[in-house]
Amino acid sequence: MAEKEMQKREASSPVETERTQARKVFIPRVDICETKDAIVLLADMPGVDEKSIDITLEKNVLTLLGRVEPETYEGYRAAYVEYDAGDYERAFTLSDEIDRDRIDASVKNGVLRLTLPKAEPVKLRKINVKSA
Amino acid sequence: MVWPESGRYGRVWSPWREMERLQQDMNRLLSRESTPHSTTFPAVNIWASDQDVIVTAEVPGVDVDSLDITVAENILKLTGARKPEELKPAEVSHRQERASGEFTRTFRLPYAVDSGKVDASCDKGILKVRLPRAEADKPKKIAIKSQK
Repeated sequence: MAEKEMQKREASSPVETERTQARKVFIPRVDICETKDAIVLLADMPGVDEKSIDITLEKNVLTLLGRVEPETYEGYRAAYVEYDAGDYERAFTLSDEIDRDRIDASVKNGVLRLTLPKAEPVKLRKINVKSA
Repeated sequence: MVWPESGRYGRVWSPWREMERLQQDMNRLLSRESTPHSTTFPAVNIWASDQDVIVTAEVPGVDVDSLDITVAENILKLTGARKPEELKPAEVSHRQERASGEFTRTFRLPYAVDSGKVDASCDKGILKVRLPRAEADKPKKIAIKSQK
């Protein structure tokens, strides 16, 4: 497991969209693969469950947003710290036309699995030309 | 020169600890390309009080059955594996950023723990291990008798 591939990457916060909460934002690592009739996306979002995740698809921009409450333990001191808790945010532009009604999302063990079925191709319509 | 064990964990600032950390960081940087298995997955946080230690780790997509936690005195060892997502012949990968494979991490805890009372749970891809301090290791107050 190469180290650079495993660590969370912190997102640079663009000036146009600042967040009201001073909380860190991370870019989740994803795997995306395309099958014959769907696009499947897997995202590592530890600390996120089905209630704290928002997925939106506007036009062809897919946005993932996961909220994580930072962990604190009363009466404990941080003896050793390697990771920070924060929200997850990432957006993708989809090239294929997606069937919005059949999008399926599930979260298990902190991994989001999103299945985006491709829409049926628009049927060709033949136009008959009548002779005048 | 003897430095207290707790100095490693931030209670007492120690220049040797800083040196050690720097050395570890350098080693990690230099060995990054050559080692196939990283020593820094999963990322771990350790919280300590006088009574117990809480170790949390981000283990998204790691099957709980594959996780192995062993404790001996004040050494905690964490091993496990993350299964790779296998592609079917007709599937095409667009992006592959998530790594898979086996991992092992070893930590020295601030004090010896009672291995019989260790409690571990895994929720939302975050592993949480609570390790109570061993009775024998707890600080004891010694009463001083005055001699008349």
